[in-house]
Amino acid sequence: MAQQKINIANLPSRRPFGRRRKVCPFSGADAPALDFKDVKLLQRYISEKGKIVPARITAVSAKKQRLLSQAIKRARHLALLPYLVK
Amino acid sequence: MALYEHVVVTRPDISPQQVDALVEDITRIVTDGGGKVGKSEYWGLRNLAYPIRKSRKAHYSLLNIDAPGPVIHEIERRHRINEDVLRYLTVRVEALSEDPSPVIARKDRDERKRERDEFGGFGGFGGGYTGGGFRDRTERPAREERGDRPPRPPRER
Repeated sequence: MAQQKINIANLPSRRPFGRRRKVCPFSGADAPALDFKDVKLLQRYISEKGKIVPARITAVSAKKQRLLSQAIKRARHLALLPYLVK
Repeated sequence: MALYEHVVVTRPDISPQQVDALVEDITRIVTDGGGKVGKSEYWGLRNLAYPIRKSRKAHYSLLNIDAPGPVIHEIERRHRINEDVLRYLTVRVEALSEDPSPVIARKDRDERKRERDEFGGFGGFGGGYTGGGFRDRTERPAREERGDRPPRPPRER
């Protein structure tokens, strides 16, 4: 999968147990394009209930999150993704 | 002229030939209106994420269209009348890709993963998770057969 190439910045953090700040998975040179047809990719950004996961958890940038939510909504309309999972 | 990606979702009880006929109809409307159709894909009979008009499966077709706006209006008008069309979506794009779309590219892998997909996938938290994780784990021998772990790298500060 293309997502495996995403390089999470391995910058050393100052605190020994501090959580590293993740980098937006859709920004950068080899980032995957956001497309409503790429169900496998979009699936990783919806919760078990089928909700869109907030950007503060996934570290997607604000601009890409808008494109991401648009793509998920299009995929839902075509029944490629669920509106809700019971 | 503008570039569009056009997806049509049709009822499962029509034959793939009828789907082809529908795609040909669309192609004719486009060429008559002075446009052209680039790539056209048939994704096959796919499971729907939720039932539409009591159908659990449907035929999916994708067309890349380069045509003026009124042509798109005419196609969509016909889709609204056609009872076989469950859903359609037209998206204007900056560039049309000639490569097979992700749906086609992953089709054979989807066959095996379909069971899992029906449950809506895994809660996709975090960008750090890679999809290959599950597969890697099953292929790996048990811990005892692999011997001890190599020493830890020095801790970063």
